[in-house]
Amino acid sequence: MSLSGSEKQVSYLEYQGKHKGIWGWLLSTDHKRIGLLYLYAVIVFFFVAAFLGLLMRIELIAPGRTIMGPQTYNGLFTIHGIIMVFVIVIPGLAAVFGNFFLPILIGARDVAFPKLNLFSWYLYMTGAILGVLSQFIGGGAPDTGWTFYVPYSVESSTNVIWALTAAFILGFSSILTGLNFIVTIHRMRAPGMKWMRMPLFPWALYATAWIQVLATPIVGITLLMVIAERVLNIGFFDPALGGDPVLFQHLFWIYSHPAVYIMILPAMGVVTEIFPTFSQKPVFGYGAIVLSSLAIAFVGYFVWGHHMFTSGMSYNARWFFSFLTFIVAIPSAIKVFNWISTMYGGSIDMKPPLLYAISFIFLFMIGGFTGLVLGSLATNVQTHDTAFVVAHFHYIIFGGMGFAFFAGIHYWLPKMYGRMYNNKVANIAWVLNFTGFNLLYFPLFIIGLQGMPRRSYDYLPQFESGHVLSTVGAFILISGLILMVYNLVAGARRGPVAPANPWKGVTLEWQIPSPPPHENFDEIPEITSKPYLFGSNTDTK
Amino acid sequence: MSVPTNHEEHIDSETGKLGMWIFLFTELWLFGGLFLVYAIFRAKYSADFHTGAAELNAFIGTVNTVVLLVSSMTVAMALTAVQKGDRRLALFLVFLTLVLAAVFMVNKYFEWAHKFEYNLFPGSEVLKNLPRGELLFFGLYYMMTGLHALHVIIGMILLSVNIVKIRSGAVNSERYLMLENSALYWHLVDLIWIFLFPLLYLIT
Repeated sequence: MSLSGSEKQVSYLEYQGKHKGIWGWLLSTDHKRIGLLYLYAVIVFFFVAAFLGLLMRIELIAPGRTIMGPQTYNGLFTIHGIIMVFVIVIPGLAAVFGNFFLPILIGARDVAFPKLNLFSWYLYMTGAILGVLSQFIGGGAPDTGWTFYVPYSVESSTNVIWALTAAFILGFSSILTGLNFIVTIHRMRAPGMKWMRMPLFPWALYATAWIQVLATPIVGITLLMVIAERVLNIGFFDPALGGDPVLFQHLFWIYSHPAVYIMILPAMGVVTEIFPTFSQKPVFGYGAIVLSSLAIAFVGYFVWGHHMFTSGMSYNARWFFSFLTFIVAIPSAIKVFNWISTMYGGSIDMKPPLLYAISFIFLFMIGGFTGLVLGSLATNVQTHDTAFVVAHFHYIIFGGMGFAFFAGIHYWLPKMYGRMYNNKVANIAWVLNFTGFNLLYFPLFIIGLQGMPRRSYDYLPQFESGHVLSTVGAFILISGLILMVYNLVAGARRGPVAPANPWKGVTLEWQIPSPPPHENFDEIPEITSKPYLFGSNTDTK
Repeated sequence: MSVPTNHEEHIDSETGKLGMWIFLFTELWLFGGLFLVYAIFRAKYSADFHTGAAELNAFIGTVNTVVLLVSSMTVAMALTAVQKGDRRLALFLVFLTLVLAAVFMVNKYFEWAHKFEYNLFPGSEVLKNLPRGELLFFGLYYMMTGLHALHVIIGMILLSVNIVKIRSGAVNSERYLMLENSALYWHLVDLIWIFLFPLLYLIT
């Protein structure tokens, strides 16, 4: 079944280019090596931010001061948010799996601009390190929250400028990655791969890349304006100088809401690859999935106002943003129907990737429905800035994007490293992750509805049982995460050698050896049919 | 469809240009944010914006507009010269573009320095005592022209690199993507100025 018996080429892991040793990685323009560089960075920063999150949970196990004061707590949730949002989930799936698999899935040897790709990684690392450093130097950890709302972000005496600069640089890196992917998809598809023959993960990346390119500059200029305001006293957003703080919120969310779709679209793309493979059945409704990705990207632009229902907007603006928020739920729901229908009647193989993909649907739907609660005008007033919001976006971002990432890494690890992890340990880690996750975040919905505010290190005694449950969940989750990463690392280093196609997948990455050769393909394949044709038509030649 | 056969192969010109155009879009959106803020504050404080604009030197602004327009022409001519294989003319024209860019920056320097003499700079006491709309107008003036000037400097660096590349023959009548993309960038710098000029200098 192998497309090209690639005995001629060494794998990308062993390839010796111009540079040796560590420089062979740090200066490599190979999209696969850059993908792994992103992967390692994401894992390290994820554990940093998860550890900060755990510290917050420990603080909240009892009312009053437990292990830290309010200022420390403010610093923790700010940097936890900045790292998780800007360093992990926005680049996350697109930079790791997109870099590694986009060229392979469309039958190319690399992305369109390999050097720019490496440059993006360096920008990314610069931004990420600046963000972490902002915690430890000078005026103290930034305490504005990751949203940098003015006027507080102008008045706070902490290292806000460092954090703003970090976010600006990370945004620039994200733009360049998006640009690279758009051009790659337009120009580098294998002969015969028409648009509607492209696999669905590249489609998701394509929609994502347009959001990255068209929304990120807005937050870039907004962050620059806040920096200018702090340094030069210009006053765009300062009411004392004639400015308008609500204007900042608009500009910030014009990017930061579409950013949610930058996070979730690649996640949806990954699980869309997984369902057909583990059901051994063509994906249900290929066209609907493509269109819904594009629709999410498009409509997602026009819903930012739902973050500001209580900030002071006209009634017409509010109902309109609320209406559009409900509209954007439709394409997401279409995808859910497609995934479930893909599994229907298939020969389902319950391996860890599918387990994570199914839990993705479950968690994403809880996150999605509670999103509609927040998108309705009346209920929003009750739940705004409560723990309910925290629970909602963790279900979307962690339960959605995070679990899709875990699904993806379990799916593609044998391809990336040519070795297999331990299935049993992976399943145990999944149980811990899934239980821990729900125990951590579900109680927050309830105490949030009862009035527990977000971003507070202290609370009224009636919320204590919810917080205790939640903290217990955090410990279960973190142990599950450690077990999962241990299993994956052990598998990648010394697990049993994986065959080229352990899951009987039919997309192009499974037709080449594991790990892929340096040039991906000996010969660029000719594509003559739609993707995901199982059984009767397994050869894609 | 052209498919590069290995990693080291040079990027083909269509691919390179597509990337550049998308990048230019992001630049437009970057300035778009500032234009949006301008529009909102101008609507709110239109009288103050008129007073503020009267303080700007429309003569220098006009001169700079002409300088940038001419420089856009010379860089376009340089590209044609390279395509026709006339290296000397191309070098001259890129150099001329660079000189015009420098003229623009010198004018800008004198313009800003003149305002600083009257203590009209962000955060100054004079500015703080002005009406709010004027304060915001000058804030936007410095932010927009400052960011634009930064782009002029980046453009100048790109043009200088092109001079080296044309001289060494790396940019030639067969391969001129670098110059073409730099020219595109330079036109963008020009285009943004075309909007900044009336919005800041001519609204009195």
